[in-house]
Amino acid sequence: MAELIAKSALAGHAPLTLAATTLAEAPMTQITAILPFPGGAKAVAAALRPFGLTFPDPNRQSVNGAMRLVWTGREQAFLVGPAAPEMAPGLAATLDGAAAVTDQSDGWAVLTLSGPLARETLARLVPLDLRDTAFAVGAVARSGLNHMQMILTRSDTATYEVMVFRSMARTAWHELAEALQTQAARLDAMS
Amino acid sequence: MRLGGKGQIDRSKPVRFSFDGRIYSGFKGDTLASALLANGIRLVGRSFKYHRPRGVLTAGSEEPNAMVEILESQHQQTPNTRATVQELFDGLRARSQNRFPSLAFDVMGVNDYVSPFLSAGFYYKTFMWPRPFWEKLYEPVIRRAAGLGSLSRKHDEGHYEKAWAFCDLLVIGAGPTGLAAALTAARAGADVILADEDFRMGGRLLADGGEVGGKPAADWVEGVLAELSALPNVRLMPRTSVTGAYDDGTFGALERVSLHRSPAPHLPRECFWRIVAGQTVLAAGALERPLAFPDNDRPGIMMAGAVRAYLNRFGVAAGKRVTLVANNDSARATARQLMAAGVKVAAILDTRPDASAVEECPVYLDATILSTTGRKGLTSITVSHSGGTSRIETDCLAMSGGWNPTVHLTCHLNGRPVWREDIAAFVPAPKAVPRLTPAGACNGTFSTAACLAEGAGAARAALAALGKTAPDIDLPQAEDAPYAITPFWQTPDVSGRQWLDFANDVTTKDVKLSAQENFASVEHMKRYTTQGMAPDQGKNSNVGALAVLADATGRGIPQTGTTTFRPPYTPVSIAAMGAGGRGAGFAPQRYMTSDQASRDRGAPMIEAGLWYRPGYFPKPGETTWRESCDREVMMVRASVGVADVSTLGKIDIQGKDAARFLDLVYTNTFSTLPTGRVRYGLMLREDGHVLDDGTTARLGENHYLMTTTTAAAGLVMRHLDFVHQAFCADWDVRFISVTETWAQFAIAGPKARELLATLGDMPDLPFMGVAPVTLGGVAARLFRISFSGEQGYELAVPTRYGEALFRDLLARAETMGGGPYGMEALNVLRIEKGFITHAEIHGRTTAFDIGLEKMVSAKKDCIGKAAAARPGMVGAEREQLVGLKPVTDAALSAGAHLFTPGEQVKRETDQGYVTSVGYSPVLKSWLGLGFLKNGRARIGERIRLVDHLRGIDLLCEVCDPVFHDKEGVKLRG
Repeated sequence: MAELIAKSALAGHAPLTLAATTLAEAPMTQITAILPFPGGAKAVAAALRPFGLTFPDPNRQSVNGAMRLVWTGREQAFLVGPAAPEMAPGLAATLDGAAAVTDQSDGWAVLTLSGPLARETLARLVPLDLRDTAFAVGAVARSGLNHMQMILTRSDTATYEVMVFRSMARTAWHELAEALQTQAARLDAMS
Repeated sequence: MRLGGKGQIDRSKPVRFSFDGRIYSGFKGDTLASALLANGIRLVGRSFKYHRPRGVLTAGSEEPNAMVEILESQHQQTPNTRATVQELFDGLRARSQNRFPSLAFDVMGVNDYVSPFLSAGFYYKTFMWPRPFWEKLYEPVIRRAAGLGSLSRKHDEGHYEKAWAFCDLLVIGAGPTGLAAALTAARAGADVILADEDFRMGGRLLADGGEVGGKPAADWVEGVLAELSALPNVRLMPRTSVTGAYDDGTFGALERVSLHRSPAPHLPRECFWRIVAGQTVLAAGALERPLAFPDNDRPGIMMAGAVRAYLNRFGVAAGKRVTLVANNDSARATARQLMAAGVKVAAILDTRPDASAVEECPVYLDATILSTTGRKGLTSITVSHSGGTSRIETDCLAMSGGWNPTVHLTCHLNGRPVWREDIAAFVPAPKAVPRLTPAGACNGTFSTAACLAEGAGAARAALAALGKTAPDIDLPQAEDAPYAITPFWQTPDVSGRQWLDFANDVTTKDVKLSAQENFASVEHMKRYTTQGMAPDQGKNSNVGALAVLADATGRGIPQTGTTTFRPPYTPVSIAAMGAGGRGAGFAPQRYMTSDQASRDRGAPMIEAGLWYRPGYFPKPGETTWRESCDREVMMVRASVGVADVSTLGKIDIQGKDAARFLDLVYTNTFSTLPTGRVRYGLMLREDGHVLDDGTTARLGENHYLMTTTTAAAGLVMRHLDFVHQAFCADWDVRFISVTETWAQFAIAGPKARELLATLGDMPDLPFMGVAPVTLGGVAARLFRISFSGEQGYELAVPTRYGEALFRDLLARAETMGGGPYGMEALNVLRIEKGFITHAEIHGRTTAFDIGLEKMVSAKKDCIGKAAAARPGMVGAEREQLVGLKPVTDAALSAGAHLFTPGEQVKRETDQGYVTSVGYSPVLKSWLGLGFLKNGRARIGERIRLVDHLRGIDLLCEVCDPVFHDKEGVKLRG
């Protein structure tokens, strides 16, 4: 049969930039869930070492270049990054018996929110303390984005990555866009 | 009347506004109340019950009288807006409320003259009359007459916002105490939020005049605010009322974001904040108490502190000839400042016999006001005093009964305030709210100098509790006069009504009547009289009312106690608390990859949980859903249909103990399932009722893929997590949801295999088989399972390819006489086959009830097995799954109840109910599934189906639930 065309969760949504803050869909990457079995921690660590990654502590991520291992729950982390497709099969082999490995690439919509209004925008939808003291660069949390569950990562000083179930991508976009528009309007009203 | 050269209004920015249709002007920096007073308007509203003419009483959020409707558009009309809070802006439109036809002439004012019949308790007592008296007459009339503003009766289309904020120190109130606290903490580098309900921070420093640090108080405030706003660790939140104290240092707060300006796109009206603070300094200030004397509610009678605020902050003289009545020293400043500004002060009336009489105007000691005149505005008062009785011509009476510390937030976690005799007021109980320190006037500390010191000290202590040290700040020189007060609660031995609660029209007589009728507890008195139940929640009247009650019952004030303070401190619009939750914002929408393709074909979407699924795919010429549904059913039975089934839950389960885990959660055995095969499974709750059903495939020795129903996908995931963590945490099993990772399509019908063959090399799967396949280079999975009873397959691809595959499959199906089918057809197909959904496994049915008790393996234990064997869970008395077929061609209805023909139709004879119905175009009859007492033994009998709601009453034949292909030849073929 003919080649199937791949579509991202938010295909057709152009980035929204207001007051130097941008909401955009991140490019599709490989996402692989790694769930170590009981007693599998050592073997997992050994398998990750050649890739310059360690299994992350809760609410943290381990980063090497464009590759990241993001904590996503109890004994669960997502390997995210463009290099992952090649490495995933190899990693799966070395992890065999030490961890359950499951492809998650298509299950998530990944949005980035970046700029001076990013944190205040999130504060409309996320019930977490996002101050530097509580949510520094590299911090990860599973939390709520209004009524949705999400994985939130602070990728940089003013950049956040929001992962939601792919089917809810449009609602997530709508709510983040509206919150960003509101913050921009508040900024306007102050000037 | 506006005075030259005074106030913090911006006289370079005149503002036009309307009140009751007339255009007036004020200045930027005015409130609606100050602008009305500046325009000489004293009558602004009518009271709740007696429709008494009322004017502005206060200058703050506690205002009980001056409530107006703000008109924005035909959709936006905000009632009960306090004119003392509403900022003036160009184009503001306000309307008085609770009057007909006009404010000056209100026909309901007649209530005032029949007031002897409308005293406290009247309304309740009418219910002791025979029902016809009140039901048709009194209740509707009284309900119409009472009440305040009106609603537009349209949806509130306005934009609202909700937000969270976090800080080390929250300072509530930006008067001298709050400013000193914020400054101390800010300079120490702590994250500070300073919230104040006013649009201009400064509190009483703006209202009282005077000097701080050798300069005008307002200038000192400006300096502090300039420093605070320049600091990155400080967030100033003006126009933000902290409305409630909750657990763990969490506070609710309402910010008026754009109510002070004309609307702008995307700018919310209000924002409801949840502020989480490490420590909190409450610097909420104090509220001045009115004095009770006959007819003390006339327009022109105001709080002394408010008269001072209008003078100093807004440059407005509240009257031309002002009189002051007070029971304390501090109110004297009002008269002195008025005189200094050139406003005539008629007299100072002091209720105390021993107070000083030295002022630049007449002073009457031991004064009690006997009466007042002026229906729509005060004209004179008659006062008895140590020198006799005098009548004083006056158009404004400033009164002060002392100050009540604003203890509200300290009581929100069940704290009870403590009576302090020296200031005749309640103060917060120590440590009433964990991590909150009351300071300044709300703590009973009244002089400016003492407030500054207490605020700074509270901030230092709060930071110390957070492990931070705050250096001392230099506190400026400020007023430090003692607060001398002798309580005066009511005027004895006079006739006429003395108002306590202006907002709810409660007088001293009502409180006494309450005590007399033995509603003597303060909580009973509140309910009997409705004192404290109005929008101001008794801010002006609580202490006065309970003092009168204490007197009437012979108990002291501390023994009488206060009523319970509950959030919110000031009214919060529900729209703000529910911001974003109206309409589509109520819940997230989940879309399948086929969504656009289905909509392109005109399919109406049905909500299934949060998902949107196509109901049916209308073809040209089809005018009803039934036509489309019937066609789609016949299409699947005759050729091939394609349906998106991606919404079913999918859980990837791996590990050496995966099989063991499935044996525990399923009633049947999965450890014996060969790799490459699929098995139907039934799952019970711990209480033995059916939780969910679905198929699970074995993809490898230690690798399974479970599917759940759409409705229970999250529920099953939670159940698995619970079982794993509670019962077998050490097992070698891991699982994760892959529901969203795969788009999955059912291909069903006699031509299903033929369609698959066009896709390329496909394995020849046995019924209930699974295999990996490749589709155009994409790794996919093929299952041979059927929910339709036909030869059926499900094809799963990574979600990104879902839309492409769906469109491709439809095109292929259509060339073969097939096409898409929707939820309606899917439902009919499964009813024909007797397949259950959550309509049947609705949480109260057991495996026995649905005829699947044989699926509960005798060879092993499983979750729910023991509970399912309890007495009453199995047996003839249970309602059992049966099929239903009408004896005529009539339509069945789900939700109908079943009765034995010939028996009376009533609850006691109920035999069961109908769960699912559909029209089978194959059998040319309506079919139903339902639960019938001892149903399996009654197959072949007739049963009466009654639906009172839809007016259906017909006879059915009780059938086996499987109507179509009982032997399963088709799906195996």
